[in-house]
Amino acid sequence: MSQDIWWASESFWRKNAIWITAGSFIVLIFLTFDTVDQITAGGKRVPAYSAINHRISYVFDEKRNFQVPVIGVEEPLFGKKLTEQEAAALVSHGKLTTQAKNCMNCHTLLGNGAYYAPDLTKSWLDPSWGSKEVREQQMVEFLMNPQDRLHNGLGRRMPNLGITEPEARATVAFLKWMSSIDTNGFPANFKPIDQEN
Amino acid sequence: MTALGKLDRANLNGGQKLAVKYFTVAIALFGAQILFGLLAGLQYLYPDFLFGILDFSVNRMVHINAMVVWLLFGFLGSVYWLLEDESGVPVVGLGLGNLAFWIFTLAVVVVVLVYLLVQTGVGEQSSIWLINEGREYIEAPRWADIGIVVCVLVFFYNAAATFAKGRYTGIGGVLVLDLIALAGIYLAGMYYTPNISMDQHWWWWVIHLWVEATWEVLVGCLMAYGLIKTLGVRRKIVETWLYIEVALMFGSGILGLGHHYFWIGTPEYWFTIGGFFSALEPIPLVAMVVHAVFDAGHHKLKSTNNPALAWIIAQAFGNFFGAGVWGFMHTLPQINLYTHGTQWTASHGHFAFFGAYVTMVIAYFYLAIQKWRGGVYMSGNLIGAWKWKWALALLHIGMLMMTMAMLISGYEQSQIERAIEGSSWVGYFTAQAHPWFVQGMQWRQIGGWIFAAGFVLLAWDLMTIGRKETRPVRSLTE
Repeated sequence: MSQDIWWASESFWRKNAIWITAGSFIVLIFLTFDTVDQITAGGKRVPAYSAINHRISYVFDEKRNFQVPVIGVEEPLFGKKLTEQEAAALVSHGKLTTQAKNCMNCHTLLGNGAYYAPDLTKSWLDPSWGSKEVREQQMVEFLMNPQDRLHNGLGRRMPNLGITEPEARATVAFLKWMSSIDTNGFPANFKPIDQEN
Repeated sequence: MTALGKLDRANLNGGQKLAVKYFTVAIALFGAQILFGLLAGLQYLYPDFLFGILDFSVNRMVHINAMVVWLLFGFLGSVYWLLEDESGVPVVGLGLGNLAFWIFTLAVVVVVLVYLLVQTGVGEQSSIWLINEGREYIEAPRWADIGIVVCVLVFFYNAAATFAKGRYTGIGGVLVLDLIALAGIYLAGMYYTPNISMDQHWWWWVIHLWVEATWEVLVGCLMAYGLIKTLGVRRKIVETWLYIEVALMFGSGILGLGHHYFWIGTPEYWFTIGGFFSALEPIPLVAMVVHAVFDAGHHKLKSTNNPALAWIIAQAFGNFFGAGVWGFMHTLPQINLYTHGTQWTASHGHFAFFGAYVTMVIAYFYLAIQKWRGGVYMSGNLIGAWKWKWALALLHIGMLMMTMAMLISGYEQSQIERAIEGSSWVGYFTAQAHPWFVQGMQWRQIGGWIFAAGFVLLAWDLMTIGRKETRPVRSLTE
């Protein structure tokens, strides 16, 4: 009978189930400590919120063989340099706005969400905003009144979500900050807006 | 004892009486899921449809939330269904379990009404607590999260205390340990941070460790019990298989979490870990196919409940193809870079949730209706068998059509939007306007209508199957 064969026995697999589950979980916990440490804002992969005081670009890195965000010269958002605390508060307000307005059920952020509207990971750097001089204002105006701005041949529009001006500015700050996160080259082959003087 | 074929709650034990309540709400929410999916699908084809009234974001949110909740209701119901039978004693704390059911149901109704009527809030913490958390799949506001945790804890108490008082079978042991993980992991999602990388890191703990680990083990338990009930498979065999499945499922699925950590700011070592372990994730699903098909063949397909067995077999294959093959297709980072966040994901999501979970819950609906009608005959030559067969066929044809259509749209998107245009705004809309994409969305909608027809037939069948039957359930020793 099969129960006599050790590798087909119930007890062998019960022990395996317990040990494999426990082992995998311990490895996951160990990796989680390291990952959480690496993705805490202020590190190399996920920059401090005050990154919004600087120009953020997305350039090809020969060594890593994909595009990476680069935090460059000072270029404060809306022309006002913020302290780390002020920047964190503004980005947080923007993040809360994206959650309260349910952005993720049309858009993707870092590639996660719904697929009815463009990915927002690098929206700050999108060439569609025209020039970098008008970008901030364009984004604020669009967020506050998107419903009449047909911007594609499909007739798909963004609804008016009642976003106030402070919320729109905070959302832009959040989007600018998000574009500075090192996403291992996602999205690939992205052609950013021209930001050279 | 009432006549055979008549619905009578006296035919059910305590846990089962509660189970059929969960099942009833589950079916209603399944209908809601399909309805809002159809609305969202139509908006891809007619963007002005319900614009400004029920926007895509609202329809899509209700679509996916109804799914999570109805499957959860289906699972809770299924566990209550088998609890007394497995443990050999009445459910401990059943009154509390009933109360939790009503609280849970009421909370779901309030949450959905707020989704539909209030929709969005201001950019403050209060919106997250009261209206909508704005995080895919776990949009439920924080107050509802707390309610869900309380209800799941009551459910866990019912299950654990009942098994502890009666007997702990292999199925019972795995189930209780799995429920601890399932409830604990949900807590990882109840958290706000302005840091989107950190947010998504923990968000995936809930989403992935639910659907690709703990839910899979839960359906493994349900399949084990289902095979014992429908085919009379020996307990030793199903429980050995269950342990094999748990070992392989958790062995691949826990670290398989890494395939969600490629592009959200998390370190590069997840490429290797996530790619390797998620590539192993189909293996336990192969084991489940072998297990179910072998047992069914071994017992010459002689079952006590043909519709339930058919849905269990459908689960084995659907889980393997939908979750296993469709997941594997784009799980390695080298391809995922181009498919992440396109209709590939939607194709996989639809097929996997249907194949792995919807099928198993439907199997339990059929087990339940059989006993509720006093243990009627539901084997070969069933009166009106065309209904369950056509419901199964239409639901599968509709789902496969949706899956294939979205996959083709996804191919086009990954090429044009991702690879060539680099995911810019213009690249996105160029891809969305391409005829191959648009045709995919049209076929998806047709698939959706067929699926909806299958649902109507399924609901009708569940209300009528066995009603005119006078033969008792086939004995397993025949």
